[in-house]
Amino acid sequence: MSESKFQPKSKIVQWIEYRLPIFSLMHAAVGPGYPTPKNLNYWWNFGSLAGLVLVVQIITGIVLAMHYTPTADLAFASVEHIMRDVNYGWLLRYVHANGGSMFFIVVYIHIFRGLYYGSYKAPRELLWMLGVVILLLMMATAFMGYVLPWGQMSFWGATVITSMFGAIPFIGDAILAFLWGDFAVGNATLNRFFSLHYLLPFVIVGVVILHMWALHQHGSNNPLGIDTKGPQDKVPFHPYYTAKDAFGVTVFIMFFAAMVFYEPNLLGHPDNYIPADRLSTPGHIVPEWYYLPFYAILRAITFDISIPGTNIVIITAKLAGVILMLGSILVLFLLPWLDFSKVRSATFRPLYKQIYWLLVIDVIVLGYVGAQKPEGILPTVGLIATAYYFIHFLVLMPIISKVEKPKPLPESISNPVIKAAE
Amino acid sequence: MATDDSSDSGDGATRRDFIHIASMGLGAVAVGAAMWPLIDQMNPSAEVLAMSTTEVDLSAIEVGQSITVVWRKKPVFIRRRTAAEIAEAQAVSLADLPDPETDADRVQKPEWLVMVGVCTHLGCVPLGEQGEYGGWFCPCHGSHYDTSGRIRKGPAPNNLEVPQYVFIDDNKILIG
Repeated sequence: MSESKFQPKSKIVQWIEYRLPIFSLMHAAVGPGYPTPKNLNYWWNFGSLAGLVLVVQIITGIVLAMHYTPTADLAFASVEHIMRDVNYGWLLRYVHANGGSMFFIVVYIHIFRGLYYGSYKAPRELLWMLGVVILLLMMATAFMGYVLPWGQMSFWGATVITSMFGAIPFIGDAILAFLWGDFAVGNATLNRFFSLHYLLPFVIVGVVILHMWALHQHGSNNPLGIDTKGPQDKVPFHPYYTAKDAFGVTVFIMFFAAMVFYEPNLLGHPDNYIPADRLSTPGHIVPEWYYLPFYAILRAITFDISIPGTNIVIITAKLAGVILMLGSILVLFLLPWLDFSKVRSATFRPLYKQIYWLLVIDVIVLGYVGAQKPEGILPTVGLIATAYYFIHFLVLMPIISKVEKPKPLPESISNPVIKAAE
Repeated sequence: MATDDSSDSGDGATRRDFIHIASMGLGAVAVGAAMWPLIDQMNPSAEVLAMSTTEVDLSAIEVGQSITVVWRKKPVFIRRRTAAEIAEAQAVSLADLPDPETDADRVQKPEWLVMVGVCTHLGCVPLGEQGEYGGWFCPCHGSHYDTSGRIRKGPAPNNLEVPQYVFIDDNKILIG
């Protein structure tokens, strides 16, 4: 029941299809012509949710840009103008601002789904890596978007994050002037961030198309992590998963709407309602919640790394923090080659399942440390949690995948289901 | 059929290879030349580069007071240090400093400490008369600077930068 050939009845559709086969493309991509494993659970809803939020962000962003002024003197006032004067401007801005958070919630769940069920393994390595590219593009886009209201957190967040490039030996200062277009974050910086914040979402759309192309080559992974063996293991995407995705969308929109209408500023910072002031850094700078684990990694190293027994510093604490923070994302590119286990799903991997949950806890700890002031034992906790993050990927994953004895795998997706029913 | 244009000297290289390499090379130069304006527009513009100096009147600053002025869009701290602060700054052994520099190298007159108020870690503005060394403390990532603005503890790699400045007379300096 999985394969279905596209045979349009409408003469108009046939006429168009003969000249531009777009209907059959849709049929094969998200329609009855796309056979999908029949055992997907709700963790597989988050890909389509991410696509939905991307569209919401682009649409609200385009209309917000019609009212926003990307100039240092006017940016803050134009955002207040949107909030107070523009018809439904408050709604559009709150949807866009919270939409960024929603995008990351959905994408982080999507990524941890992939980690649990081994979706990064052969033959889906490029699919996974394109996903990491999307994550990097999202982080850049969200960062530049947060700068646009030109409040205190916008300004100082921009200063802190761009200053990371100053850690590059010898050419750091020249790179900073190049990024800022000035000797500090200023009008030139705001202008270029606006330009790029408008551009990058469309680049994301491009990479999403590649991501889905790679997905369709071998189809979705599934909770059992075994390959589909034939038509009995699959159902057509439409109507089965279009309906299931639609249900997920409904639940998600309720959550999204609750945030927008009841707690629109919960995930923001009050300091960003103060206009940017280049002479006064807020007492406690924190990035948006979705960067907190990475921010903790950035701050983890508080000591220079020297050649043992000498005072010759090879990596300053600052550069080490920057390298680790970038490394924490880049290590995801290597994941398909750090995990040697042929078994995809953690359901059948007793040891991996345990370190998977330790990683989840570790990332939450990092997020907590990233949100706090660097005082007391927290820097030590941050250092340990950072070390564990890398140990997880670079040490535990390869070793466990070699020594672990996986549980026996089911014969096929349909077999255990049918047996259990008898 | 003439084969002169495709086979030449005995070592296998042909005139056609030469044409290919030469045209690709020229093409690369042309693309690079066309790219350069697109890249260089990102660098600071002429009007930004033109704002280079700031003159500051010091006469109103009492001992133990600091002021902050703006030079090249960056804050510059000017502190009239107390005798205790100067003594403390001069007494530090160079071995205790992550970025060794004597206090004498950082000031023109010991009483006046002039430095760029930008944390060398990630660019925040440190807070004065705070931190474990009685100097400056950066709230962003916890860097402590001493009474000479030297890094003592925390992630910042360098001492607070001392800008170029000259005393025009006893009560005026020109930064930049």
